[in-house]
Parts: sequence; C-alpha cells; structure tokens
Amino acid sequence: MTTIYKEYKTAQSVEGPLLVVDGVSGVTYEEIVEVAVPGEEKVRIGKVLDVNGDRAVVQMFEPTAGLQTKDTKVRFLGRTAQFGVSSEILGRTFSGAGKVIDGGADIIAEKHIDISGAAINPYSRRFPNDFIQTGISSIDVMNTLVRGQKLPIFSGAGLPHARLAAQIARQAKVTTGEEFAIVFATLGVTFEEAEFFRRTLEETGAMERSVLFINTAADPVVERITTPRVALSTAEYLAFEKDMHVLVILTDMTNYCEALREVSSARKEVPGRRGYPGYLYTDLSTIYERAGCVKGKKGTITQIPILTMPDDDKTHPVPDLTGYITEGQFIISRELSKEGIFPPVDVQDSLSRLWSAGVGEGKTREDHSSLKDQLFASYATGREVRELAVVLGESSLTETDKAHLRFADAFEKEFIAQGEFEERSIEQSLDIGWKLLTLLPREALKRVKDDMIDKYLPQTNEEK
Amino acid sequence: MTEKTTTGVITRVTGPLVEASGMKSAKMYEVVYVGKERLMGEVIQLNGDIASIQVYEETAGIGPGQEVERTGVTMSAELGPGLLESIYDGIQRPLKEIQEQSGSHYIARGIKADGLDRTKKWTFEATVREGATVVAGDVLGTVQETTLIEHKIMVPPTITKGVVKSIKSGNYTIEDTVAVIETDKGDQNVAMLQRWPIRRPRPTAGKIFPSEPLITGGRSIDTFFPIAKGGAGCIPGPFGAGKTVTQQSLAKYCDAQVIVYIGCGERGNEMTEVLDEFPHLIDPNSGEPLMKRTILIANTSNMPVAAREASVYTGITIAEYYRDMGYSVALMADSTSRWAEAMREISGRLEEMPGEEGYPAYLSSRTAEFYERAGIVTCLGNDKRKGALTVIGAVSPPGGDLSEPVTQATLRVTKCFWGLDASLAYKKHFPSINWLTSYSLYVDNFSEYWKENIAPDFEELRAEALETLQREAKLMEIVRLVGMEALSNEEKLVLEVARSLREDYLFQNAFDPEDAYTPPKKQYGILKSIMTLLRAGRAIVSAEDFDFDDIRALESVKKLPRLKDFKGDDIDVQYEEFQKKLIEELNALAR
Repeated sequence: MTTIYKEYKTAQSVEGPLLVVDGVSGVTYEEIVEVAVPGEEKVRIGKVLDVNGDRAVVQMFEPTAGLQTKDTKVRFLGRTAQFGVSSEILGRTFSGAGKVIDGGADIIAEKHIDISGAAINPYSRRFPNDFIQTGISSIDVMNTLVRGQKLPIFSGAGLPHARLAAQIARQAKVTTGEEFAIVFATLGVTFEEAEFFRRTLEETGAMERSVLFINTAADPVVERITTPRVALSTAEYLAFEKDMHVLVILTDMTNYCEALREVSSARKEVPGRRGYPGYLYTDLSTIYERAGCVKGKKGTITQIPILTMPDDDKTHPVPDLTGYITEGQFIISRELSKEGIFPPVDVQDSLSRLWSAGVGEGKTREDHSSLKDQLFASYATGREVRELAVVLGESSLTETDKAHLRFADAFEKEFIAQGEFEERSIEQSLDIGWKLLTLLPREALKRVKDDMIDKYLPQTNEEK
Repeated sequence: MTEKTTTGVITRVTGPLVEASGMKSAKMYEVVYVGKERLMGEVIQLNGDIASIQVYEETAGIGPGQEVERTGVTMSAELGPGLLESIYDGIQRPLKEIQEQSGSHYIARGIKADGLDRTKKWTFEATVREGATVVAGDVLGTVQETTLIEHKIMVPPTITKGVVKSIKSGNYTIEDTVAVIETDKGDQNVAMLQRWPIRRPRPTAGKIFPSEPLITGGRSIDTFFPIAKGGAGCIPGPFGAGKTVTQQSLAKYCDAQVIVYIGCGERGNEMTEVLDEFPHLIDPNSGEPLMKRTILIANTSNMPVAAREASVYTGITIAEYYRDMGYSVALMADSTSRWAEAMREISGRLEEMPGEEGYPAYLSSRTAEFYERAGIVTCLGNDKRKGALTVIGAVSPPGGDLSEPVTQATLRVTKCFWGLDASLAYKKHFPSINWLTSYSLYVDNFSEYWKENIAPDFEELRAEALETLQREAKLMEIVRLVGMEALSNEEKLVLEVARSLREDYLFQNAFDPEDAYTPPKKQYGILKSIMTLLRAGRAIVSAEDFDFDDIRALESVKKLPRLKDFKGDDIDVQYEEFQKKLIEELNALAR
C-alpha cells in the first residue's frame, strides 16, 4: 500500500532549529516532517511545533546547517514521532534519535510506539514499596531507594556522579534477587563519559540486559529533546509489556534543559527564570512522571536522572524544578569529595521521599527506621559541634560534644565511605550504623527505643 | 434572524491552545469539543470571529480545518450526591471511569465521563411539605451520602422564591425530579443534580467574622500559628521541606467535616499514596474511614496543563456546595504555584503582555479571587445555617525565594503563613514550620475560644513559649560568638527550655500515628509541663554558685521528651502530677 504524503516546496525561512513552511493544508500539531534538501540523499527529520492557518513552524531534530529554502521538499507524514521496539533491543546501542549505531542489524519492530507517551492515570498507579538494595550504605540506610521511584542525583562539575550511577546500575537489586534491565540515555555528555558507562556495563556483563541511547555533545542539540522520550518509551515497553523491572538512567538533564531553552528562544517565547521557558516544569514532568508501578502489571520503572548544578547552586531552575517533581534527590557533596570520601553522598541534604515505604520488618529490618533517625540526629549534632569547635576551639567542648565529634568523623570514614566495588548488604550497613553508635553515651540515643538498643547495640568493653 | 452556528473551524494549534474561526456567537468559558477526537476545551478569549480555546487534553494530531463543536454551556461542576469518596481529574471526570474507558493505565484522549453516576439510586427523605414557601438555599430533603455526611438537597440559587407544589420521599437517580416548585416564572423541576459554573463563587447571605480555630492536631499549628474555620492560609516552602506531608496531615486530622484535596500539578505517586491511604485511615474525630468525608482531585504534573488551571476552580466549587449545606469544609490545594504556572503557560500562548517573571498581569487578582472564596458564611435559606470553607494553599517558590510573584500574591490575601524552612528540614526537624517567621493573624480572634475550651491561661502560656523561642534565637547568636560560658544561668535555662520546646513539642512525627495527632488539651498539658521548668526554675538557677548541670540531671527534666507519650483518660492529672514533681525536684536543688 502506498500512502500519498503531502509534499511542499514552500519553505519560507530557517532560524536556528526552526523551519517555517507556508501554504500547507491538513497539517496537524506534533506531526513528523521529512525535509529533503536538494543534492542530499538523506532526509532530515523534524516535527510541527505550531500550525497557524496555512503556515507551519517545524522544529528540526537535525542540524539546520546547509538547509535552504529554495527547492527544499518538505513532506508531512501525518503521524507523530514513533520508535520501533521488540524484545531484541536489549543489548543494543542507539543514537539519541533511536537509530542503531552499534554496527548491528536494524531492529525488526514488533510494534511502533509513540514517543511522547501518555500520562499514567493516578488511579491506575500502584504505590511503590519494594526496597531496592544498592549495596551503598549512605543510600540504603539513610535515603532508601524504592522500586518505581524517580530519584535524581544532583551533582556538580568535576564530581564523581558517573561512578556513583555506574555503581548503582551494577549493584541494584531487590531483596527477591531479581535484577534490573537498564535503559541508559546520555544527553549531550562528552564521548568519554558515554564510553565510561558503556564499558562499565560491558565489563560487568550487564550489557545484555541494557539498552543504550547515546547523544553526545557532538550530536545535534535538538535531538536531545527526543532522546529521553525514546528511552522512556523503550522502558515503558519493557516494563509494562515485557514484565521487566527497568532502571532508567538519564545523564545529564541540565543539557536537556539547555536544548529546550535554545528552541524556546528561537521561537521567541517569553522566557521564565534565567531564560528557560515558562513551561520547563511541565516539560520535565512529562519525563520524570514516566516512572512508577501500575496495577495489574508486574514490571516497574525506576528513574535515576543525573544533573549537574551550575556552580553547585541548588536553586538554579534545573535542579529546583527537578526537585519539585522527583521523589527526593541524592546530593553529591563537594566537601566530602575533596576529603577523598567515596561515594560523597551528602546524607543530610539528600532525601528519599518514599523511604518509609521501603523499610521496616519484612523489607529491611525492624530497627531500620529508628536507627536512621538516630544516625541523622547524631551526625547533625556532630557536624554542629565541629563548626563550634572551629570557632571556639576543642577545649570548650563538653565530653558529650567530643563524643559526637568523634562519631561524625567515624560516620563519614566508615559508614558513608566505601569502596567503589564494595557491595554491602542492608544488614551489614545497619550493623555498621549500630557499631558507630557505641561511640556515643547511651543517654544521647533518644531516637531509638530501649528494646532496640538492647537488641542491636554492640556491648562495649566497659559494660561487659 | 441569523442562523445560529454551532460549529467553528480550527485555524491554529500551538500546544494546549487552539484558535477557531466562525465562533462569533460563542460565550466566554463555554465548553467546546475540538477536532475529530472531540477533545474537551474551554473558550478563554474572543476576538471578532476567532475564539481562543484552551484544550484539556493533548493536542497532537489536531490541525487547521478540523471542526470545533460548541455546547452553549459554560464550564460547570456537577453537584449532587455521589461527590464524596470520588477521585476526579481537573475537569471532574472520575479517574476510575477514565481507566475503564481507556482500557489501560494511560489516560486516553477524547474520553467523556460524567462527574456523577447517573444510574445509582439514592434514598431521598423530603424535609419540607407540599405547600411550603421556600427560598433559594432552603433544604428540601436529605440523602445519606456516606455514613458521615448527610447530603442536603437545596433549592438551587437560580430559584429565588416559590411554593413547593409537589415533593415525595423515595429512591431516585440524581436526574429524577424530586420536587416541583411553583414560581413567578412557572413551575420548576428540581432534581438532586445541580450545576454551577466553576469560575463564579456560589452565592451566600453574607460572611461572618471567624472566631473558632480549625483543630488540626498539629502542635506547631494549633498552638502557635492557628488557622480559623473559614480562614485562608498558605504553606510556602522549597522542595523537600515537607509541604505535601503537612497538607496531607491537615487533610487527615483537621476537624472539618468535609475535605476537598486538590493535587494540582504534583506527583503521581503522591496522589496514589493518598488514594491508597485514605480509605484505611480512621478519622480521629468520627472513627470512620477518612475517605467517607473526602473528595480528591488529582491532576498530576504530566496531565494536561489547561485541566490543571481548571482543577482549583472545580475543587472550590464542590467545596462551596458542601459549605452551603452548613458544613465546615476544608480545601487543600497542592500546589497553587503549579496552577499559576498553568496560567502563565496559557497566557504566553495567547501572547499576552507578561507581568513579573512571565506571569500574567492578572496573577494577583486571580489569586485573591480564589482565596476570597474562603470564609465562614450565613448560607442562603430561611434557617440561616452557617457554613465554613477553610482554604489552605501550598506554594512552591522557585529556589525557596519568597520574593517571587506567586508567594507575594498569596501572602497578600492569606492571614496564616506557615513558612517551611529548608534548614530545619535539613536537620530533619518536621514539620519544618519556622517559628520565627511564621505568623497567624487569627490569634486575637481565638482568646474567648481558648479560655472556654482549653484553659484560661493557654493564651498567656503560648505567648510565653513563643517569646522563649525568640530569645533562644538571640542568645544563640551570642553563643556562636563567645561560647556558652558567657551566659548566665537564667539564660542557660532559657536555652534548655527552648531546646525542649523545639525537640519535644514542635517536632512532630507525621508518620507515627500516635504522635501525628495531639488533641488541644494534651497540647496544653505538654506545653505547660515544659514551661513549668522555666517558670519554677528561674529563681532557683539564679542563686549564686548554682551548678547548671544539676538541672539536666533531674529525673523530670530527663522525662521531658516522653511527655507526648502520656496516654489515658486522666491525662490532665498526669501532666499536673508531672509538673508538681518537677517543681519539687527543682525546690530540692535550692536547699
């Protein structure tokens, strides 16, 4: 069957990533467009952003360099952007626009899915409540990750967020032992960073349960707007049609937002804060909200987007709006990183909103919740004392203060710090926490109940 | 006479905004169906022949040339029995119905669903007789909607006065006529189903000055920053400060009779949590599941932005309807910033001249209009019953910066400000309501109420505790500079008491069912016990050569953190005994 496409040679103007075509009819919003430049074999792809009477504004996914208005053929395909999927996509690598780039054969699509996705009905969602063990104490005990959660890593330039994300991808498992399929998308990162992830997945044998979408800094900017959507459509297919538990890692969302800003400014839209479009929140939510669990489906989507905070500023629009949508955040601390602590997770500033759903008896251990509260409180006190000691000198500290200071140091060196390839079970992590509490006087343990102390706190020599 | 056009033709599509021509006779805020998929939309601007329409669903695949069908009615909420326990999207479509029609966990487009079940039969008990003269707002009869709420079927505000020609108790669907009222304009049939345009406040006989607090069980709110029944309050805070947890605690435990909870542009999982939790949670005031008194409106962040704009109006119209029955209603909107952003997005697409930060210039007037729909009122009707609508809006200021337009517009019209503080949240102090910056302008209204219902000295005690906390902040500045040694014993005592106020009183665990709700009398007991340390200790620590560590070593002082665990019917006596013992121990130190 041949379909007759509407084809026009009436391109009027090209501006940044936008192409304006006049005299069109029957064109619809978000429709996919193929643009054939005379003398070029390959067509360039774009989509309709605005259609006003007989004039359509097309956003090009590919560079507009070399595009001309004269004799260029613009063809409207009458459908929205789609991606062909099948169970064969595991182990494969694609470009940010969804083209095979690993040298292998093209995917024979079992089905074409619309990449913009649809909103999940809140009524059909299942509340996430399965504990994910990442093998990292500062996450598992202090800021527990749950299957179906979206929990970003807020990092800064030069911090080891990639290594942390790779460690999570390698070690993440649920207590039932099931492993995750990994959908990994890079957005405007350097070749080296993309390559680091690819290698890590290959070396640990995780590649065969992974799908990679690579958009590097060298690839077209506008392609970045499509990449996370293609990746998430793949994740949705694997999770809700193939019953897999999928872990989606998107890096770096700051680059994504900048691409969006570029398109918005080309469209001469009224800018919001720092030149980002006013709809940045809504746009980001259509990415982040594609995580979760739904009733009647076994598969789940857990999302770990990574973003770098410009100048480590949490109030910058990208981390700020992200934080309002995601269920918490892991914050990478420059201070800890400088002290050589890996992973440098700032446990106080980090937050997992769904932690309470993942912990407790039957999930982790009965003492988890109160132990966590106690560790938080004692570490916070320890850090306050540390600041005080800087101003007033150690001699001004009371015995209790000194104990807290020792605790804070030990907490950073023994609990937060761990090897990049060290995988701790939740029990091991909890036991380290209890061991550290022996540094404090028993009266200072206000957040744990007495019976828990008797059961889990190791006996010190004195008491024996 | 010119032919009446009922359809127009699309000329432009950009995101959620569609323009159509041939719409000369369209009305503002009229509901229309757009394109071949018949997506629901609302007329928001008229310009000659062209109407601008905000569409409540994704517009991909819509284009010029397709049809726009008019309905002639403005965007209205359906009101009647069956609202309670419902879960709607922003335009009052039941989410359950959407799921069934979509046949998937995704929201399909072009789904039409009535807000209220048309087939269900309700038992209507007539409360007026035939021949009675009635006015707008008079109760014609009642329906037991849930075990908690008796739904009152009222004479619609459109019928000002008339005589009941016929009325009969029995089982009816909401569209059946339950009464006929004879008016100047002829006989009018009254069914249980009524409609009201969402952007217009429902009429009342007048507002009343609020004088009674909404009891929430939250120690920080009830004691220090109380909100009135019929008041308006806001909770601004950066992400992670606990806005949603605070809103949800309010929805769970406050003593309003009906709760409308609007999840406006927020997380999907949060709404699911509410949906999962509320049917199982028991209302401490009535012993029934919370869901029996709750209406949920869930328009999550990734659902269409225009429906998000409408969701707060849908919610408040439903809330006003229950207020008109004489109930105390509380509405929580989480978050009004997302609503404002939806307005901004639509305004940008309309190419309106932007005000501050791209928000439309009418941001503050729309915000004010919304919060002014709160209030304690004399309802329409001869019985002069009173209804209250309390509105609590969460605000999400970008970067926690309170100087931004949405927060500022909100602060001007709300009298209760619960400022959530990132640094408190960082220290895991929850609720992270900053006691130094927050305020309630209702405090003076409650003097009488507190005297009669809690204790004669409650107001005084509250002021003293607040002052102690303020003194702590000043003293801590000194400590930071020169250390604890520089303080007198009396000042050390203030710090000790303030610490106890923070850790043992203000800190409240919303996830611990025992701790999450503290009744007012118990709040008084704990507060008085803590303040006894200051009141009775002052003279004693001021003695020469007094060793302050002796205070910390006292048995009663060590027990301060356990005060909130006291249980039983004789709780008043327990606190009195505690206070007595504390005073004895303090006096023993003096000897």
